[in-house]
Amino acid sequence: MAKKTPAINSSSTADIAFLLLCYFLMTTTMGSHYGLSRRLPPMPDPNQKVEDQKVNRRNIIVVKINSADILAGTEAIDISLLKDKIKEFLSNPANDPNLPEKEVKEIEGYSKGTYPVSKGVISLQNDRGTSYQAYIAVQNELVKAVNELRDEFSMREFGKVYVALDETTQKIVRDCIPQNISEAEPKDVGNRR
Amino acid sequence: MSRFKKSGKKEMPGITSSSLSDIVFMLLFFFMVTTQMRETENKVKVTTPEASEVVKLERKDLNAYINIGSPTLAYQAQYGTDARIQLNDSFRTTDDIRDFIAAERDAKSEADRQLMTVSIRADQDVRMGIVTDVKQELRRCSALKIMYSARKPAK
Repeated sequence: MAKKTPAINSSSTADIAFLLLCYFLMTTTMGSHYGLSRRLPPMPDPNQKVEDQKVNRRNIIVVKINSADILAGTEAIDISLLKDKIKEFLSNPANDPNLPEKEVKEIEGYSKGTYPVSKGVISLQNDRGTSYQAYIAVQNELVKAVNELRDEFSMREFGKVYVALDETTQKIVRDCIPQNISEAEPKDVGNRR
Repeated sequence: MSRFKKSGKKEMPGITSSSLSDIVFMLLFFFMVTTQMRETENKVKVTTPEASEVVKLERKDLNAYINIGSPTLAYQAQYGTDARIQLNDSFRTTDDIRDFIAAERDAKSEADRQLMTVSIRADQDVRMGIVTDVKQELRRCSALKIMYSARKPAK
């Protein structure tokens, strides 16, 4: 007669599992990677002659940063005012001849067909002594200006904020209000490291 | 009426704890799957700057990381406190970025190569000079999609 095997005491498996659980809880890092996405301009071909880019003066705003000051256009500006200046520059509500011109463009999928898209370009220049923190702060303000314009546009047209829209509508908004930030060729100004 | 009368003292049934281990195992598997071990040791101190308009990185596996910052205490005796570049596991200079990008490109599958993003994790106290050098080198290697690592400000 076969002997009955005694049942294995399984009450401690929970404890073991808890130990492992604690280990993974401690070591885990959730996907917490955030940042500002950018696209660098391609390197200019050395054989190609540098031709003067025909960008109208009124269409470009140069934002310069050095270790102490921010310069937007021609005047020094505080970072708290930068966003409003950029917004005014990009939207040009009064059609000021000194602010960027608008080009009536056909937007694919847009119910009204066309929208006057601003031709404004923000050119960002920094010197080598700028702190990274200041640089990101300025980048952040530029993105914030564009994002707020997009939000205003989406509220007006679709009654929702930009992030609440679906993919295709977001693309329409992106086409209408492009984010044109160019990071200019580095210039050695103020040789301070 | 005696039908509903309680017949003596009833014993409280013990709570079965046999499903406890199942629940714990389920949690365990969840964390085992989601966990990602840090594969490289940080040799430079990086505190990313704060920015409110950050976006989340879509695909972590398509990322190459470039760390810029001053060396941590253990390496300061050897390398000083000047800002340096760390690629993978060692201190490098801007000249090594080309090889690094090429190696990272090779590691990705054919379809994903276009989508590769280079994430610049620079310390907030770093000067822009070194970051500009890195950016110029990336442009030369035509790795044009970049991301400035930043964190959300604490509310």
